[in-house]
Amino acid sequence: MTAGKTIYDIGRTGRSAASQHTPSGDVAALPSACLRSTPPQLPEVSELQAVRHYTGLSAKNFAIDRQFYPLGSCTMKYNPRGAHRAASQPGFLNRHPLAPATVSQGFLACLHDLQEVLKAVTGMAAVSLTPMAGAQGEFTGVAMIRAYHDARGDRDRREIVVPSAAHGTNPATATMCGYTAREVAVGADGDVDMEELKAAIGKHTAGIMLTNPSTCGVFERRILEISDLVHDAGGLLYYDGANLNAILGKVRPADMGFDVLHTNLHKTFATPHGGGGPGAGPVAVNERLLPFLPTPWVERAENGGYRWVDETARPQSIGRLSAFMGNAGILLRALAYARMLGREGMTRVGEYATLNANYLMARLRDAGFQLAYPDRRASHEFIITLRQEAKQWGVTAMDFAKRLLDYGFHAPTTYFPLLVAECLLIEPTETETKEELDAFADAMQRIREEAERDPELVKTAPHSLPIERLDDVKAARELDLGGPPG
Amino acid sequence: MNEAPIELRYATSHEWARLEDGVVTVGITDFAQEALGDVVYVEQPEVGQQAQAGEEIGVVESVKAAVDVYAPVSGVVVEVNDDLDDAPELVNHEPYGDGWFYRLRPDDPEAVDDLLDADAYLEHCEQESGD
Amino acid sequence: MPFIPHTPADVRSMLERIGAASIDELFDEIDPALMGADFGAIDSGVDEMTMLAELAASARQDETGPCFIGAGCYDHHIPAAVWDIASRGEFLTAYTPYQAEASQGTLQLIYEYQSMMIALTGMEVANASVYDGGGALAESVLMAVRANRRAKGVDLHHVAIAGACHPHYVDAAASIVRNQGIAVDRLDFGRDGQACLDALDAAGAPAAVVVQQPNFFGLIEPVDDIVRIAHERGALVIAVVNPLALALLKPPGEWGDRGADIVCGDGQPLGIPMASGGPSFGFICTRRSHVRQLPGRIVGRTTDRAGRPGFTLTLQAREQHIRRGKATSNICTNQGLLVTAATIHLALMGADGLRRAAAGSHAKTGRLVRELTAIEGVSQRFAAPFFHECVIDLGQPADPVAATLADAGLLAGLPLERYYPELANCLLVCATEKRTEAEIARFGTALAGALGR
Repeated sequence: MTAGKTIYDIGRTGRSAASQHTPSGDVAALPSACLRSTPPQLPEVSELQAVRHYTGLSAKNFAIDRQFYPLGSCTMKYNPRGAHRAASQPGFLNRHPLAPATVSQGFLACLHDLQEVLKAVTGMAAVSLTPMAGAQGEFTGVAMIRAYHDARGDRDRREIVVPSAAHGTNPATATMCGYTAREVAVGADGDVDMEELKAAIGKHTAGIMLTNPSTCGVFERRILEISDLVHDAGGLLYYDGANLNAILGKVRPADMGFDVLHTNLHKTFATPHGGGGPGAGPVAVNERLLPFLPTPWVERAENGGYRWVDETARPQSIGRLSAFMGNAGILLRALAYARMLGREGMTRVGEYATLNANYLMARLRDAGFQLAYPDRRASHEFIITLRQEAKQWGVTAMDFAKRLLDYGFHAPTTYFPLLVAECLLIEPTETETKEELDAFADAMQRIREEAERDPELVKTAPHSLPIERLDDVKAARELDLGGPPG
Repeated sequence: MNEAPIELRYATSHEWARLEDGVVTVGITDFAQEALGDVVYVEQPEVGQQAQAGEEIGVVESVKAAVDVYAPVSGVVVEVNDDLDDAPELVNHEPYGDGWFYRLRPDDPEAVDDLLDADAYLEHCEQESGD
Repeated sequence: MPFIPHTPADVRSMLERIGAASIDELFDEIDPALMGADFGAIDSGVDEMTMLAELAASARQDETGPCFIGAGCYDHHIPAAVWDIASRGEFLTAYTPYQAEASQGTLQLIYEYQSMMIALTGMEVANASVYDGGGALAESVLMAVRANRRAKGVDLHHVAIAGACHPHYVDAAASIVRNQGIAVDRLDFGRDGQACLDALDAAGAPAAVVVQQPNFFGLIEPVDDIVRIAHERGALVIAVVNPLALALLKPPGEWGDRGADIVCGDGQPLGIPMASGGPSFGFICTRRSHVRQLPGRIVGRTTDRAGRPGFTLTLQAREQHIRRGKATSNICTNQGLLVTAATIHLALMGADGLRRAAAGSHAKTGRLVRELTAIEGVSQRFAAPFFHECVIDLGQPADPVAATLADAGLLAGLPLERYYPELANCLLVCATEKRTEAEIARFGTALAGALGR
């Protein structure tokens, strides 16, 4: 593959992958006014050219299969190939989504099994698997909270409270559900500021969205107090499952007082991220919100078989969120992963994710990096702040991130949460070896030395990748978003 | 260097306002453009639009942020700066000159006097970036 | 321990460095009252071989004979190379391309995808995908309301669906936009199965008019007229399209007076297996003037410090991680892996391959309709021309007939009573280019048998 050339650039008029030409057909029955006058301008390449081009592109990606990927709050753990294989069997791939339930019992049983696993790990009463990503899970959860209040005629509740450390999808979700997001501060110890929270909660509160452990990388210690406070005011608690990996098999969100949650199967249940999706964000609810669960979901029939539950059976449901059954193939992968872990394996996920994070945090602390919450245990992730390095040598968190790429490590999450200056949010996950963590800590230490000795080297990184830093301003001012050539 | 010309008035939401011949010209301050970084796009109000003081009537977008632009005083929008469509960088280069956003005819010209003067505005900026 | 690499020696030395006596001690900030839940409802784990055998048994249970159901999910040929390449670990296990320098593969691929979708739809910009066709319609509705918010005399609380649009798409869109005070009005379709222009005329001034081409019944809609009427009323037009059909049909960018304003749909016909309907991907294309209202990720081409061309996510300031409560959408992940497959698919098929698959499916469905309507009492419900799906009237309730045929291993189409009670005798059938003459004949024989003819 030639650098920078697109698939269009390598094509030639009249060339094609002719073995993909299936028999055509007569289109005389279609009125000519509805037909296109010229063929769409698609690439004209041979099969080998296409295979080589896209294989070549794949080599320009970092991926878990090749690199350590300590992205905070993203849980980039190993994606077992066995789970991929399990979901790729012909019986699953060739099943039509609208095939009658009588010839879908295998698939329905799988969905039901996964619902049961998720009920068990969360402690909730019911699960709907349809949300196709964490953000859609969040939407679903808050939409259910709203449906609950509306059904009670309680229409003055207009606010969803979110901590300032929350992921950006939380306030965006509140807006999508017709609510206003009200942010409350996080204290110096990483826990929510209780005084501010008490002032924010009242009869206008529809609910609160929390991640626990939070995106500050610490467990919210006063969660039961928060739960009582919100419930006493008539609000509900939403658990953003982004960080469930930290407590999988240890603590159940239901026991913390949450009424509804979503889980990110592409994080906690190890389904591949695919370069930005597909994910899956099933929701789980307690009895209070059960009538509002989105459709469809699966239940056991009297005869021992399985059947779909739809709006006819659940008239208060917030309804359908996707054309069919969400990202069904991701659900199958998650089930395969859960089967291989079993209950013992699930407990170990939270334990070893936490061990790895605390170990890496200790290594970086010992190497002289400043921890954002030095007096706290790490959950499955932790934050360092490069405020000092930025001030002293002009080398920012982003510069460290870019230089890590040269050392063969994907960058941690940068500049999130927003409330910690020059931060890196680091989540090693349980599937990494001690050697890998040591190598990462060593690289961080070396970069710190480089930052002191030769800051330009770090500020202009990366130096060993197919391209150097890109001009984002040009990208946004002179929009080139593609289009067929000519 | 954060500049705030003495002849202008300022809103706490970082717009400046200049009253001339009964029309108020509005832009964003040097402090605001500095905080935003390279501006890549400005979404303008419509000519003829009635704006309330404090109302969001536009958006200014950089690579790293997108923030609302508010009307510092109530009035009717009479002109917008079309040059920003093709040259949003004017907001960075000349925030108080060719980088202006829009003009409005105020309901009450004296409302402009109620905005912050340069000293008060600079103090406000200092407080905001205090931590 | 499955997927956990720690040796006992590792654990000891790690705990020593941390200064903790045990792993349990690392959880000492958590209220003990929260610990010790019972996870006994989850079975013990099994090895990969056993897991594969279990799931293979479930998968095999659902294997059926030929599939004649379409309704938004189609059994097309997928070139072998598509998933061989898309399943490479470098695509499969990469994260969202936020670190552009380490993601040029995915970024360039999305840029190429955007280019191909622009070519297919005749629009000016495309996003990097949303979840699925239903989600794409929902996001398109929200986008149209934002884009049209300054139009005079337009009702921003209503959008109108002209004719038969996929009922699941409409349901999904309605659930998602309801909380923002937007109602989705379903207008009647005419006796010919096409959108009723009189109903559209009487629909007031909605913020947007949605039209599906081909429509849910497989019929070709008079899109030029619909677009003209909608635009006269100040509405934006949202086209819901099958991307494979666009190899043959006039692209929405050329419909009516000035083309559709937003084009969306589901990319499943472009190299995505049916797989119970997901994962697939939704696409949204639009005019350049609306690009800042376009939700989700968008890739642009730029240059690096050395002046070399490169690709990056752009227009990110509109997205949730920056704009938070004021973002255009809360969407975060897209369907990157499916876009990867679709891009490779489009490159391999080219315009000619795609056109053949479309025309082949059209012809096979025509052949199927002749086979079925040759049976006494069986007829084509709507006379309008169809693309590759058709509504067949059995002259008696379709549900039990479809169930009988399914038990015999033949997926005979979708009974429509559930969506349209007046079509209780009707099946929506589809024959893609993959269906053979023998399978079509088998359908005919089985249907005649089930009807007692």
